[in-house]
Amino acid sequence: MNEFQEQKINLTWREPKRSYDVVIVGGGGHGLAAAYYLATRHGITNVAVLERNYIGSGNSGRNTTIIRANYGIPESVKFYQRSVDLYQSLEAETDRWIMHKQKGLINIAHNEAGLRTERARAAVNVAFGSKTDFITSAEVKKLCPQIDLSGGGEYPVLGASYHHSGSTARHDRVVWAYAEGAMRRGVDVHQRISVTGMLKEGHKVTGVQTTAGPISAKVVMSAVGGQVTQLADMAGVRLPIRSHPLQAFVTNHYSLSFEPILASPALLFYVSQTARGEMLMGAEIDRQPSYSYGTGHHLLQTTSYRAITLLPFLRDLRILRQWTGVCDMSPDYSPIMGFTGVEGFVITSGWGTWGFKGIPASGEQMAELIATGKIPELIAPFALDRFARDRTMADRGSAGTH
Amino acid sequence: MSIQISCPHCGKRPIEEFTYGEIPRVPDHITDPDARNVDRVFMYTNPAGVQTERWFHLYGCRRWLTVRRDTRDNQMSE
Repeated sequence: MNEFQEQKINLTWREPKRSYDVVIVGGGGHGLAAAYYLATRHGITNVAVLERNYIGSGNSGRNTTIIRANYGIPESVKFYQRSVDLYQSLEAETDRWIMHKQKGLINIAHNEAGLRTERARAAVNVAFGSKTDFITSAEVKKLCPQIDLSGGGEYPVLGASYHHSGSTARHDRVVWAYAEGAMRRGVDVHQRISVTGMLKEGHKVTGVQTTAGPISAKVVMSAVGGQVTQLADMAGVRLPIRSHPLQAFVTNHYSLSFEPILASPALLFYVSQTARGEMLMGAEIDRQPSYSYGTGHHLLQTTSYRAITLLPFLRDLRILRQWTGVCDMSPDYSPIMGFTGVEGFVITSGWGTWGFKGIPASGEQMAELIATGKIPELIAPFALDRFARDRTMADRGSAGTH
Repeated sequence: MSIQISCPHCGKRPIEEFTYGEIPRVPDHITDPDARNVDRVFMYTNPAGVQTERWFHLYGCRRWLTVRRDTRDNQMSE
């Protein structure tokens, strides 16, 4: 199983039927993973995934492909650790090479408060089943020899938390692996079909109105990223989501190996090396809510400055590409999964800047929710009604940038 | 060039000088006072189109201004 021996990915396209058991809106990682787990774990194959562009064209193709579970609250650690585990076994399960690579993630502390945060992070992670150690600056230097421990004199490296299961995978290969697995078992994936409205009986959602005509369904699931507010509005659901652009960029090829993923919550910046050798960098979201895929010079300037502060070698590289995704930011920086209060309409959303790492667990748990009609324990804390119940899952310090 | 906002006092300035201020809008069809409170605190209309919003010129004249902006392409009107 490598790039030379690999077989062609086998996607079979069919004409849309007029009725399905489950219609999933959004053919990105989350939608296709849910379809895959419905087919493999629950034997539900009368499923359609509707994608208005091509599969993986939205945020599944616009992220920075980092997989990790080093969150700061128990519910999130448990949920994302499930995702980390599923990613690790995904190649063996689907027989597709997703270029999964375990690299280890270093979260750097630059001051006393940072040290406290990273110590607490390591403790919470270990307590809830994830593997994170607190390490000294000397150990950081050993893991990442290129780092300037003085941080340019401004951001000294005092210590860090080291998350062993921090990894990356190739984003579109994840999408294709799930799409192929689902389609092979009879799931229909339809590209270039937009949802324009909901079919309703009273308050109940009974299907979707699309550019290819009406399609009825027992359950409609939204796995939309970006314009999810508009879709939920069609079903009569208000969401606590604002859409913000998030930009990232890669440099040209760096000829040495840069093993770990390096993140600095204080500098709001993170970096990893892609399989091609490019250095991939990202920072924080744009402050104004917007659906624009436009990119700007300001981000390149500020992020490059932060990057060079910690990794002086980066100043010799050149920026190659820049791109933007539209993130659905929830007020507590945690995802929203489950029932919506409207019968026949379920949702996985609020994936903000942390969507890629959540794909397998979100797909698996949402499939279980649809198949059994009950809320799985793992995602119960992330229900939409947590805001009305005043049970928010606030964890900005862990979700912050990626 | 980054996005620019027209400040009535300072002229066209880059967006990084400003901070964003939301104008909360609770839809009229929500009538229950508790539900209105929840909506006021947590929910957003998040339109894909032109919306009226407030911006504070933090690194400038430090005054609030009202802007109409298209969230799809960041075009400012008025």
